[in-house]
Amino acid sequence: MASQRDIRRRIRDVGRIKQITRAMQFVAASKLKRAQDSTLAARPYSEKIDEVLADLAAVLGQDEHPLLAAREGGKRLIVLFTSDRGLAGPLNTNTIRFVARAITEHPGDLAVVSVGRKGRDAMRRARVPLEAHFAGFGDRPSFADVIPLARLVTDGFVAGAFGRIDIVYPRFVSTLVQRPTMETLLPVQPAQDTEGIPGNQFIFEPGPAAVLEQLLPRYVAARLFQAVLEAKASEESSRMVAMKNATENADDLIGEYTLAYNKVRQANITREMIEIATGAQAR
Amino acid sequence: MPLLLEIVTPEKLAYRDTVDGVVLPGSEGELGVLPHHAPLVSMLGLGELRIRKGTEVESFAIVGGFLQVRPDKVVVMAEMADMAAEIDLEKAAEARREAEKALEGGFHEGADLAAARGALQVALLRQRVAERRHREGRPRSHG
Repeated sequence: MASQRDIRRRIRDVGRIKQITRAMQFVAASKLKRAQDSTLAARPYSEKIDEVLADLAAVLGQDEHPLLAAREGGKRLIVLFTSDRGLAGPLNTNTIRFVARAITEHPGDLAVVSVGRKGRDAMRRARVPLEAHFAGFGDRPSFADVIPLARLVTDGFVAGAFGRIDIVYPRFVSTLVQRPTMETLLPVQPAQDTEGIPGNQFIFEPGPAAVLEQLLPRYVAARLFQAVLEAKASEESSRMVAMKNATENADDLIGEYTLAYNKVRQANITREMIEIATGAQAR
Repeated sequence: MPLLLEIVTPEKLAYRDTVDGVVLPGSEGELGVLPHHAPLVSMLGLGELRIRKGTEVESFAIVGGFLQVRPDKVVVMAEMADMAAEIDLEKAAEARREAEKALEGGFHEGADLAAARGALQVALLRQRVAERRHREGRPRSHG
């Protein structure tokens, strides 16, 4: 049985771990708030862009722009969004397992662009060819951050290096649920225009093709930005929950150790009293 | 009929209110929109967006984007939209000086040159919009 001093030291250690996990929990909670706010704030822009794109699609044919055209051949590219840092519960594991299944189910010529260190490390271990890597975009991702990524994938698609581009990211459903999600980014699949005026009643200035030309890169960037924000919100909420559990576990552990400590202490006192008693009797 | 104006950027909803009219920097020149405008989608250039609401005028410095007009609603999707009242004149002046310095430094690559010129243009625009507001007092009013 462990000595009194050992148990006391263990209680102290667990207490220190608890301080850290608690702090991380609160930091994650405040970051989550911010991430959630910016995810919501970014939504109107991408919804609007989708809508205009749907209007344009009603006027233009598929072959009007290379980003719209489905194509034969070319590699499949997966843009994988994970977090840079760990200790975020099962989030990265789930996302990576999801993408691994997607890869094995549809084997073929493919490459991955990783956003976030965890995804890159996992893809390296699995020997999946990495096309490029972007370090996660910090606590406050800005639209400008995703422009280089957007340019890389659109250029690759237009040049014919990639035949199809998918994005995989943990979608933020709620604080408790983050669901790995795969969506096709390119070729662009315009949504059905559901609201108001049909696209063919719009006047396009300077012309539909010119507007499309400008709109598509922004559409791609907006979609990627949305994924970055979702991944960020998922990361913080997953970390918050994981750290909350860790803190509670530490509490349980401290309780158990304290019980053990008291038992040992009691046993020691009893033993000492017996020793004193037998000593006194022997006199 | 009121006209609902929304200005959205990738990062936020910058403005949402009913207005009487709005003047925008279209790619083909200035463009005024009043209620009952025909449905229109237009590219926007870099410039000043002016909102008229009653006797008040509000302005934004906007860069790059699109405009979608319906009879009762105008949506501006811009890469950047700064409300004139919120532009810090000193910061804008500093950004302009930096952009000018960068341009003088010389560039070898076309892309860098374009980026530097773009930065200068944006800095100039922000300064112009903010200065005008500053000069004319706030809120600017029509007769």
